[in-house]
Amino acid sequence: MNDRFEIPARLRNTGMMLLGVGVLTLICGIAILLMGHDSSDTDKSRFWAVLLHNSVFFTFITGVSIFVQAAVNLAQGAWLTAYRRVPEAIGANAWIFGVITAIVTCAIIFGFRDSTGHNPIYPWVTPGTDKILLGKKAFLNPGMFIGFTVATVALWGFFGNKFRSLSIAQESAPHNDTKIYWKVFRLSGLFLIVYGLSQMSTIPWLWVMSVQAHWYSTLFSWYNFASAFVSGMSLILLWVVYLKNQGNLGLVTKEHMHDLAKFMFAFTVFWTYLWFAQYMLIWYANIPDETVYFKMRQQGPYSVVFYANFIINFVMPFIILMSRPSKRNYFTVTFIAMLIIFGHWLDFYQMIMPGAVGEHWHINWYEIGTFMGFAGLMILLVSKTLTKSSLVPNNHLMLKETVVHIA
Amino acid sequence: MAIKKFAVAAYDDEAVLFPAVSKVRHSGYKLHDIYTPFAVHGLDVAMGHKDTDLHIAGFIYGMCGTSTAVGFISWIYCSDWLQNYGGKPHFALPAWIPVTFELTVLFAAVGMVLTFCYLNQIMPGVKKHVFHPRQSDDMFVVALELNDHVSEQEVIKFLQSTGAKETSIQKAEASWWYGRWDKKEEYEALNA
Repeated sequence: MNDRFEIPARLRNTGMMLLGVGVLTLICGIAILLMGHDSSDTDKSRFWAVLLHNSVFFTFITGVSIFVQAAVNLAQGAWLTAYRRVPEAIGANAWIFGVITAIVTCAIIFGFRDSTGHNPIYPWVTPGTDKILLGKKAFLNPGMFIGFTVATVALWGFFGNKFRSLSIAQESAPHNDTKIYWKVFRLSGLFLIVYGLSQMSTIPWLWVMSVQAHWYSTLFSWYNFASAFVSGMSLILLWVVYLKNQGNLGLVTKEHMHDLAKFMFAFTVFWTYLWFAQYMLIWYANIPDETVYFKMRQQGPYSVVFYANFIINFVMPFIILMSRPSKRNYFTVTFIAMLIIFGHWLDFYQMIMPGAVGEHWHINWYEIGTFMGFAGLMILLVSKTLTKSSLVPNNHLMLKETVVHIA
Repeated sequence: MAIKKFAVAAYDDEAVLFPAVSKVRHSGYKLHDIYTPFAVHGLDVAMGHKDTDLHIAGFIYGMCGTSTAVGFISWIYCSDWLQNYGGKPHFALPAWIPVTFELTVLFAAVGMVLTFCYLNQIMPGVKKHVFHPRQSDDMFVVALELNDHVSEQEVIKFLQSTGAKETSIQKAEASWWYGRWDKKEEYEALNA
């Protein structure tokens, strides 16, 4: 069995090319901002908001891999074990995207003001005499923001790498030794608390929701988590399919793919549930403070993105993944996984952009180039990590169970 | 609903049962059903059962629930009893989604439970012939359906060769019936 992964030249070139496009896009963006005489405040906002959007998106979808491992370890599930090196490799790199997000957000908070001296992306940085923003100052202030960001990135980095190193240590442990297993089990419980206090509550409030600091929604973080989870599962699935196409992961069968596809299907519905719960309550109560969020998105300039978001993230995966044969077909699941990742990228786009650039939105070379850059970085980092250990979790206690697993 | 002739074999070991089922299927005898005290994993595959279309039935029931909910609510609020709720349009679809969702789930769930009961011939008050009293205790009971051209001795000999602990030939109602165990006397007369 081919249990070592060597980065094929094609993957390395693709990753390098995507990263190169991203760096080029960034340089062009900076150059246009610096040299263009007519670069307005919106152009500057767009420059920062797109960086924020992509770094947040990639941090969230890679962080999901740590959460999936923790949840499966706690539930003592065996279905993940056949390809557990993949979420381990993705999760061990989540902190790098976290660091990028921390740098981008700090740059926005401390280094970005528009011509009137305000911060258009995080308006709470410069509250002025705004009573609502001053009232939220106890939570929405740079100290709080940086504290939660640093703690989250550090803890995700610690747990992501710890899960991976313990899982690799199991390979050289005595046969059927349960010591590491229970250690990982306890750490998984701890990580769920960390994750609940970061991804499922504070971090989306600070990183994403505070772009429209006047508006709030109590389930916003939960909705962000659902969005991240479904695209994070799709990311794992894409890597598993890719590795299988390279002749690795011989233990992974259609049964394991079926499980991943079930998660994509189920959490597509879960995402829609939260999306709709947020929408319907605001629509029904019809309070101007709250409807301001949907005014611009549904009826304003973003209505195309708003409805595309619903169709790509709910209608298409729901209909296509509903039947059992389509969940077990490599082509459909790969197609839907790409669609979901694009759809939730769009979802985060419409969460951040209306507050940052108002009605002047574009999805153009800059947005797509930045996305390509982050995707290239992710490909290079994850494939590098995958080469460092055996792809088969030899000696793992669940190995036998995962081989005979039936979805 | 017909009285048919069955060859019945009782096994006391799962490890004997699976090769026996395979031999029965290869022999060409018609396998009626297998009765076990508990769910035996993989037995459905060994018997050659395909996946049922229960989930497609569930989808259709769900669609019935969706259309019932949307149709009924929209008839009330858009045609039969027009009212103004908080300035919302009469066709206030977002407000109906929760009810539509619940009715979809309810129709799909209840419909699938009833279909499942029908497919498995279980329902309150429904009776089926018991081939062997220990099929709900500690024996795995295989029933083969026979026609008039089959030699009873040969079947019994074949079943014993597969490791059956007990064998018998029974004439019994093949399907289910609703009511009391009033076929008991009939069977005793048949099998006498």
